[in-house]
Amino acid sequence: MLRQVTRVLSRPLLSNRSCVRTFSTDVPATPSPDTAFIESWKKVIPNIEPPKTPSSFMGPRPPIPSTIPSKITVNFVLPYASELATKEVDMVIIPATTGQMGVLPGHVPTIAELKPGILSVHEGNDVTKYFLSSGFAFVHANSVADIVAVEAVPVDRIDPSLVQKGLAEFTQKLSSASTDLEKAEAQIGVDVHSALNSALSG
Amino acid sequence: MASNAAVPFWRAAGMTYITYSNICANLVRNCLKEPYKAEALTREKVHFSIATWNDGKPEKPVLRSDTPED
Repeated sequence: MLRQVTRVLSRPLLSNRSCVRTFSTDVPATPSPDTAFIESWKKVIPNIEPPKTPSSFMGPRPPIPSTIPSKITVNFVLPYASELATKEVDMVIIPATTGQMGVLPGHVPTIAELKPGILSVHEGNDVTKYFLSSGFAFVHANSVADIVAVEAVPVDRIDPSLVQKGLAEFTQKLSSASTDLEKAEAQIGVDVHSALNSALSG
Repeated sequence: MASNAAVPFWRAAGMTYITYSNICANLVRNCLKEPYKAEALTREKVHFSIATWNDGKPEKPVLRSDTPED
């Protein structure tokens, strides 16, 4: 078994990366024009300037700091307002479809779809909680988290009696639904109201 | 690669993500306390005009709106 050691150790270290592709840390800081396209253009049409490709309009990817920053920068936006814009916080807990996910500085880059639930933003000893209807969260390698949601309210703006009423109504609709679409809508209603309910109590 | 397995129930029923997300947002808005609820309901209003095209010519556009026409 130990005969394999020298072969295994001479393989490139993959422990930090899940794939051998070049990573964002290797991308140059300035955008480079699309060289393959320009070469082939010049062969066919040498007299006309090659057009710019979308990649030459893109800004450079922000560099990954070599040490993990001490705080994450959160951008929390809604279609009609920007709740938090580049706010530096210690941790955010986002309600991903796979469960509550805590995001700390240095978190692995992630794209998470969110389910209706509570987003909590932890800054020192303060915790601010918002109930999100659904959305997405993008965590980038430079410890910037972008959270987008359609509707987000602080938990104290939720009316418990309306939540109970809605839950009862949709549970009843779910049992009496006939088509797939009605069942799906009723199921969504039940999910959202139960999430609201646990947000109020938890 | 997961082909068509494990789709969310709403997509299996033929709903798109945008429809799902808008339904969730509407349900949350309907559960708000009073002054916030009124503001939120103004956000729900949609206003659009649809024109169907026939033989390369647009027919008269149909206006659909939640705000009453003046």
